Amino acid sequence: MNKLIKFFIPGIIFGIVMTKSEAISWFRIQEMFRFESFHMYGIIGTAVIAGSILVFLIKRRQLRNMNGEAIAFNDKNPGIARYLLGGIIFGLGWAMTGACPGPLFTLLGHGYISILVVIVSAILGTYIYGLLRNRLPH
Amino acid sequence: MNIIEFISQPWHWSVSGLGIVFVMFLLLWFGGEFGVSSNLRTLCAMGGAGKNCDFFNFDWRSQVWNLVFIGGAVLGGFIAVNYLGSPAPVDISESTQAYMSTIGISVPETLDEGRGFVPAEIFSASEFLELKNLVLLIIGGFLIGFGTRYAGGCTSGHAISGLSNLQWPSLVAVIGFFIGGLAMTWILLPQYLNL
Repeated sequence: MNKLIKFFIPGIIFGIVMTKSEAISWFRIQEMFRFESFHMYGIIGTAVIAGSILVFLIKRRQLRNMNGEAIAFNDKNPGIARYLLGGIIFGLGWAMTGACPGPLFTLLGHGYISILVVIVSAILGTYIYGLLRNRLPH
Repeated sequence: MNIIEFISQPWHWSVSGLGIVFVMFLLLWFGGEFGVSSNLRTLCAMGGAGKNCDFFNFDWRSQVWNLVFIGGAVLGGFIAVNYLGSPAPVDISESTQAYMSTIGISVPETLDEGRGFVPAEIFSASEFLELKNLVLLIIGGFLIGFGTRYAGGCTSGHAISGLSNLQWPSLVAVIGFFIGGLAMTWILLPQYLNL
């Protein structure tokens, strides 16, 4: 159990960062997609640049995690259709609700009951994807 | 200004970006990885979806760490909004504020009117059960759950983890996020809200 409990810590930090960054704001997401502020691009851009450096260093130095295992980065399966089509579908939902999955859980902590509707519906969407998966182009 | 007041200001985007990468580092260091949407699949599997669908027939117990992570995010959100709340609502650009008035959404100017995280006209406890709002929330959530699993990740798994690992598929996914997001923002959503 202790092995699991520690994951609560990055979770708490994540919820605080998502709130203080305002990345959970429906208004900020509208603003981003309307190209009317640099704010969201700055957040994602900084994260990608710093994240690239982190991944590069971990690979270069073959760093291990606290359990002594190599930190592995799995390559994504090749393909276009699933990433493009799936991406478009998610993008529609993201701009509609103003939240991607991380912010959904953060907003739940803010006490919005309405967010529960979105989360339950997202779980249902994932379930329906699982059922239809073999019939969709990947 | 004490430390709590200092942290309670809205954070600069660069601080926020670095904060996200710090979270990603902790997850990797603890033996996990940064990707939120896979939790939705785990929740389906926990609910017994694996009985009639192979996609959910996996050892979900190996993914419980990620549920603990999002549980932390719920608490983090609670802490941030109740104890580290900004002194003013989210300060979005004037052009976005002007646009909001054309789709019937009010932008809070004081904390009494709201924090500027979600529009009260859609999400508030007294409004979200309106049919029009409920349909928006249900369809929006469905698209998020369906799309992220189809694409194999969301903003965290593709835009941040995937791009940081220089994955071409993640770039394709992020381009998709934007095609969908732009279509919703510029065409579909204003039509729907002005119905």
